[in-house]
Amino acid sequence: MKALLRLGSNRIIRGILLVLAAWYGLHFAVDSNIVPSPHNTLVALFKLVNSGLLLHMLYSLYRITAAVSIAILAGVPLGLWTGLSKRADSILSPVIYILYPVPKAAMLPVLMLLLGLGDLSKIMLIITIIVFQILIAVRDGVREIPGDLRMSVKSLGLSRGQTYIHLVLPAILPKLISALRTCVGISFSILFFAENFATSYGIGYFIMNSWTMVNYTDMFAGITALSLMGIVLFLLIDKAEHKLCPWVFLNESKQVTGY
Amino acid sequence: MIDIEGLYFNYDNEAVLKGLDLHIDARSTCAIIGPSGCGKTTLLYCLAGLLKPSGGRVLINGEEVKGIRRKTGVILQTNGLLPWKRAWGNTALGMKARGCDKAEIQKRVSDALKELDMLSHKDKFPAQLSGGQRQRVAIARTLVTEPDLLLLDEATAALDAITKEHLQNLLLRIYYQYPITMVLVTHNIEEAVFLGQSIVIMGEGRIRHRIENPCFGDKDIRSKPEFYSICAEVRKRLAEGGVL
Ligand SMILES: Nc1ncnc2c1ncn2[C@@H]1O[C@H](COP(=O)(O)OP(=O)(O)O)[C@@H](O)[C@H]1O
Ligand SMILES: [Mg+2]
Repeated sequence: MKALLRLGSNRIIRGILLVLAAWYGLHFAVDSNIVPSPHNTLVALFKLVNSGLLLHMLYSLYRITAAVSIAILAGVPLGLWTGLSKRADSILSPVIYILYPVPKAAMLPVLMLLLGLGDLSKIMLIITIIVFQILIAVRDGVREIPGDLRMSVKSLGLSRGQTYIHLVLPAILPKLISALRTCVGISFSILFFAENFATSYGIGYFIMNSWTMVNYTDMFAGITALSLMGIVLFLLIDKAEHKLCPWVFLNESKQVTGY
Repeated sequence: MIDIEGLYFNYDNEAVLKGLDLHIDARSTCAIIGPSGCGKTTLLYCLAGLLKPSGGRVLINGEEVKGIRRKTGVILQTNGLLPWKRAWGNTALGMKARGCDKAEIQKRVSDALKELDMLSHKDKFPAQLSGGQRQRVAIARTLVTEPDLLLLDEATAALDAITKEHLQNLLLRIYYQYPITMVLVTHNIEEAVFLGQSIVIMGEGRIRHRIENPCFGDKDIRSKPEFYSICAEVRKRLAEGGVL
């Protein structure tokens, strides 16, 4: 396990080095202050962390966590319901397919008119986009439970509640975590867009503000901070997956002994 | 004692079981053999109370089967084990459903896994077990619920020839060791003759023929001539039924 973690962090370090190399390459190729060097950016980042950047990051983190949490609270039950009931499926699935591809980002003005200019409309915008990811992942997870697995669990006499705990929830968990990964990625890009309206807090605001002030080093420091937030969130999700779904990782260390 | 009386089952509009009658004595074994798609699994699910017959009825010890019966154990060809539970957790599942207390679960699960030579694998997930080991966990899981009827749906079909014979020997031993009636569905003639006290030939949703098996119970029967003659008879009856 320790060796695995070390390998994982090594891979991350390798990734960081590659990105830094490409960044330096770009910096020297462009040869203007539009692409500041990584070391200048990092120095700026450390200075900024002490003077308010952390607050911007916390605002963004709060919006993403709130949106993802609410999307899970709404999406999981709806997904379970659509996956388990043919009637719910026949009602909800067509609605999902119509609403899913609608470009919700374009709805931000409407949401702001309805929900105000504050955090609520921004969080709501993220929710309207990622809730579909979660709902569909859960619905498909339920549908993909093999029929004979259902039958054999039923034959053991499990109650409805026990069937949820021992069969349905573990079956959807890996899919839910995958969806979560996608949702975090999507949330960041939506947030960046949404934070450019009617707020003066958030990492998206900070980046665009630095841009309008022609402070490219700060802008890149903001982008770096945003990336670091993303990396940390992804690592946390990976860790949760290893902890909650150990059976998913068995193929890597599959050890079959004879009869 | 199992009595199946005029059993019908339809999937949507397709009739799968078409007035099937069968009697199986208590404390005996019955091997049901027939080609793919003839309705063996459907019949077994009706026996288990997992499917509701479209017509006719199933009686176990004189009582009509209406839903899951506490004392019926079911073992399927594949996918019977939950991939996210270790051998131990899978074995304990049926007892948890019955609300047994912790100490009792601990004791019976450990006894059953030991009996099936799986105690040293108790912390492995199904994906870390071989096919034969998985089936032994599935057997342990039903044994801990103390069934009086064991239903097996092609329980050895996914196994290689040698593991298959191991598991068949194991099932025969279990039959003698526990007070159970055993109904097994198979498409393997040797397995039917080795494990079936009665061998029932099924075709197109009905029972075609029944053979009482004089070889049953001898664990060394596979290498004796009588074994082959019974196999030959089963083969002949399958052919007569237009099944082979
Ligand atoms: N869930 C289902 N829906 C519709 N038809 C089914 C279903 N399950 C089985 N059948 C049909 O019922 C027939 C009998 O199936 P089954 O009992 O599984 O046969 P066997 O176990 O003997 O191979 C087959 O023709 C199969 O196509
Ligand atoms: Mg079958």
